[in-house]
Formats: sequence, structure tokens, C-alpha cells
Amino acid sequence: MSLAPSFSDGAPAVLPARGGLRGHLSDAFWHRPGLLLVLMLAPPVLWLGVVYLGALFALLLQSFFSIDEFSGLISREFTLKTYGELLQPTNLDIIVRTVVMAALVTIASVFVAFPIAYYAARYARGKWKALFYLGIMLPLWSSYLVKIYAWKLILAKEGILGWLLAKLHLTWLLDAWLSLPVVGGNSLSVSFTGTFIVFVYVWLPFMILPIQASLERVAGNLVEASADLGASPGQTFRNVLFPLALPGIVAGSIFTFSLTLGDYIIPQIVGTSRLFIGQAVYAHQGTAGNIPLAAAFTVVPIIVMGVYLWMAKRMGAFDAL
Amino acid sequence: MIPAVSFKKLSRHFGSVKAVDGVDLDIQPGEFFAMLGPSGSGKTTCLRLIAGFEQPSSGAISIFGERAEGVPPYRRNVNTVFQDYALFPHLNVLDNVAYGLMVKGVGKAERVKAANEALAMVRLPAYGERKPSQLSGGQRQRVALARALVNRPKVLLLDEPLGALDLKLRENMQEELKALQKSLGITFIFVTHDQGEALSMADRVAVFNDGRIMQVGTPQDIYQRPASRFVADFVGSSNVLPPEFVKRYSGQNSWASLRPEAIRLRRDTSGDGVAGRVVSLNYVGAATRVGVDAEGLLLHVTVPAGSAVPEQGDQVMLTFNREHIHLMGAEA
Repeated sequence: MSLAPSFSDGAPAVLPARGGLRGHLSDAFWHRPGLLLVLMLAPPVLWLGVVYLGALFALLLQSFFSIDEFSGLISREFTLKTYGELLQPTNLDIIVRTVVMAALVTIASVFVAFPIAYYAARYARGKWKALFYLGIMLPLWSSYLVKIYAWKLILAKEGILGWLLAKLHLTWLLDAWLSLPVVGGNSLSVSFTGTFIVFVYVWLPFMILPIQASLERVAGNLVEASADLGASPGQTFRNVLFPLALPGIVAGSIFTFSLTLGDYIIPQIVGTSRLFIGQAVYAHQGTAGNIPLAAAFTVVPIIVMGVYLWMAKRMGAFDAL
Repeated sequence: MIPAVSFKKLSRHFGSVKAVDGVDLDIQPGEFFAMLGPSGSGKTTCLRLIAGFEQPSSGAISIFGERAEGVPPYRRNVNTVFQDYALFPHLNVLDNVAYGLMVKGVGKAERVKAANEALAMVRLPAYGERKPSQLSGGQRQRVALARALVNRPKVLLLDEPLGALDLKLRENMQEELKALQKSLGITFIFVTHDQGEALSMADRVAVFNDGRIMQVGTPQDIYQRPASRFVADFVGSSNVLPPEFVKRYSGQNSWASLRPEAIRLRRDTSGDGVAGRVVSLNYVGAATRVGVDAEGLLLHVTVPAGSAVPEQGDQVMLTFNREHIHLMGAEA
């Protein structure tokens, strides 16, 4: 057996240490992988732990203070008085309105997002996939305020949508819808319907991307296997695609649900004068100076999201993760 | 007798690529049939045409006499064991196996019973509660088999069924599949690129190349009487002899094949035979494969274990019986 000379010319089997700061650092990290981990994790953990959780805790604490009705000063004594105030009918209305809106926006987003995500995950290849990502991400690059004002114009009485419906001789349909209680109003831009449409539009990318990611991981031959075993396309959707996409749907709904619960700008610009939680928080901590009530309002979405996640887990939404 | 599967001038083209190109084939009921060929030869596309995942570009396909063009997979009484098994990751083993019965509306008690029987048949009786991710490759293979067989299909399709298993497991599964097919009497059609697997398991083999069938026959036919150079080359390790060589030893002007085990090797270079020099030695356990350079032609010779094995570079003499030279027809 004769090996090429370069393989047998006496090169060392163990190379010397590289030396220098970088060489020593590499060796130290290789010997103690935990050290590198600590160095990498310390800043974000400190940030999350001290700044984020600390602020949250301070907020929670404030919600147990109360405001003195005469002086308007905050009394720093623990009491449930503020929560009692939160459960008064006017405030309870705000909570119910916001939660119902968030739920409807989430459900609508799932219906709109699923086919788009399915197409992207199953069929889009090459430049079509690039176009898909661009189409989904592009709206996120432009200012949120610009988009909302654009929608205000689209939905306004003399807006593009009204014009289009008039051309299609469907103005009667719009008028009928606007004459309905709760969802109706003078025009779409001052109705809950308008608020709903803008919410769905603005949060849609946050629903599409997680669903697309979860569908991307569903191997194509699972769909074939299901058909092979006798399942119609509808049965395949119910028994294979939907359960496997569920973690993505839940992840997306966490975004759409919590973002809707907390937003105070969209209902301010497009919608009625009736408040959502975000607006209530804004009003109480600003002009009214009622920090405890604002804090108590802020606790509501946290509790709602906690309950929502707990229910999702119980329903097995994370089993396919 | 009505064939289990029948192709008439069947073609499937993807753009300009002719994946399957005018194939005629009849597969008999109860047959264990192998589609053998290199990757890209059209064998898997043929399987997918039977399953209904692909539709023919032209030609006809019928399953037990019924025309199958345009029939979706879920209306065909044909089941597939997929190459990577395609088990549903969110369902446990029992629900995977019962899936076909569930979508057909079979009651819960009945389908659990049938699924348990199917799992017992593939010797995984106590695995119903596990998730597919908790199983080994061989176990997943068995679950995939049970999931297909529980539906009592008319035809079972197996796409490279043993490709992902290690050697020992593969040999066991070959025997088991064969026994299962015999006892169930279902038509099995399996796709493989492994000629050993095709020859050892199948009743009949179709050898595919470039979207066409090169030869259909029993394993013995294919192995001993290859119809073309391609078949001789691909099926096993036959020596392919050019016409000038064949002419010298058998008088015919045609290509021919000669099995390595039909050649005897002598170390004394006197007497009749083909003289050559040993250029390679491959120990394969039961035998040694010796490569011999005979006047510029590389011939492989199998020397059984126990016989004298030459050294690299030795001058040797090769002899063979003229009858073992198998002449091949027109060049394909």
C-alpha cells in the first residue's frame, strides 16, 4: 500500500494551541460550554427579568392601589376597590366589547389566512414563494398609521368602497348593513364593521406566517396517504391538515387576539366613540390620572390570554408540536 | 382471467420528460410483482398511476377490469405502503391503522378490533398506544403495512418498502412480506432499485429503463436469460460480452451475457481457456469476486469460499461452458 507522500510526511497528529486572545477564548469555551451560554443569555435574561417582568409586576401592584375621589391622589394602600370599579357595567362593557372583537378578528383571520398559507406552503415555488413573502411582509414595512388612515378613506362615505358598490348597484346592501344595530353606523369608517375590517387587515400577516410555517412541515405524502386510505379531500382536511396546522393557528391567534386586545389606535381612527380596553387604559393613565384603574384594565388582557392558552393546551392544540 | 392491473400503451409525460412511455403490462391477481429499475426509470410513476396520485397522459389503465383513468385515489380499492411510511404523526399507532376504516365510517368498536388484528398480524400487538415517533424504522414499516392491509385492498402497492431498513432487518422483512402475501393472496406490486430484493421476493419482475419496460419475466428468466445489455448489466453483475468475443467462442455475431459464477478460474496458464490477469479482489463473505483483465475485456468471476483465491496481478486462465453464454437479441 503506498499512500501519496503528503499523507505520510510526518505532520503532527495533534495541532499546537493557536494562542492569542481568540485562541484562548475558543479553548475556554470549548472546555466549558456553559460559560458561553451564560454570557449569551445574561443580557436578554436581565432585560426580560428586570425591565419587562419588573414593569409588569409594578403594574400589577398599582392595580391594587386606589385613587382618592376628592383629591385625585393615589392612595398606596392595598385594596380591591379598583377591581370593584373595573366590574362596573360601563367598564365591563368595554371589556366584553374588546374580547368579542378580538375573538371575531381572530376567527376571521384564520379563515382568510389558511388558504393563502396553504397555497404558499404547498404550491408556491421559487419566485412565487418570494412574491408570497414580499406580499405578506411588504405591508408591515409601511407605517401602521398610514395604513389605518388609508382604510379610513377607503371605508368613508364617499370612499372607494362606496363608489365600487354604487357601480355594482349594491349600495342598497351597504345601506342595509349600516342600518343594523351594533355593527352599523353612519358609514363603514365610523362603525364596528370598519374597525373589524381594519383589525383583520393589519394583523393578517401575523396569522398567515405561523400557519404557513406549520403547513410547511406537513409532508406532502401525508395528504396522499390520507387519500390513499379512502379519505375525501374534506376528510383529509379535517383529520390530517387541520390538526397538524393547529399549533400554527394557535400561534397566529395568540398574535391577532392579544394585539387586538391591546390596540388603542385603530378603534380611535376607524370606529365608533365607544371605547376598547386600549383606549380606556390610555384615557385613565393620561388625562384622568387614574393609574390604578388603567393598571387594572391592563391586567384583563393578561388574564384573558392566560385562560385562552390554558384552554388551547387542554384541547390538545400543542400535541402536534 | 381478468388481470389485477393492466396497462395499455400507458404514458405519463411531465412537460418534455417522458416518465412513462407507452407501457403495456398485465399483472395477474395474487401475483407478487416487482418493478425494478434505476432511479428515474419510471417505476415509481407507474406505481403512482395505479394508486391514482398521477393521471396518465395517454393510454389506459384498468384495475380488475375497471377503467381507472380520472378516478381519484380515495375511490380506488388500492392501498400504498409509502417509501418513508407517511404515518400520521399526530395519531397513535392504533388510530393510524384504523384511519382507513374511520374515514369509511366503520364504527369505533369494530375498527379498533380490526386495527388490533392487523397489528397482531404484523407482530406489533402491544404498540397501539404509541406515537409513530416512538417507533424504530422497522416498526414503522410494519405499522404502515398494517394500515394498508386493514382495508383489505384488491392490490397492495409498496414503494421501495425496505429501502430505509438495515441489511438484517431487510432480509427478515423480505421473508415476512413473502409469507404474508402468500397467506393473504392479495396482489402485491412493489417498486425497488435493488435487484437482489426483486429476484428473491417476486413471482415476476418487470425491468424498467427510461420510462419503458425492457423485460418482463420470472426472476430466473431475468437473471439467466436477460433480453438486452441493459438488463444483463442492471440485474446482478453479469459479464456483458461484445460480439467479437462471442464470435470467437460460440460462432455467433451478437452481444451475450455470462454469469460470474459460470466461469471457472485456474492458476496454471497451460491448456485451453481465456488468459487474463487479476486486477481486483472483492471479498463478499460467501465468495470472492475476482476482476480479470482478459485481453482488454474486464470479466468478473465468482470464486466460492474454500476454493483457492488468486493474488492481485496473477496470470490466470478462465474456462466456461459454451452453453452458459446467453445470446442477447437486438440491441436496446
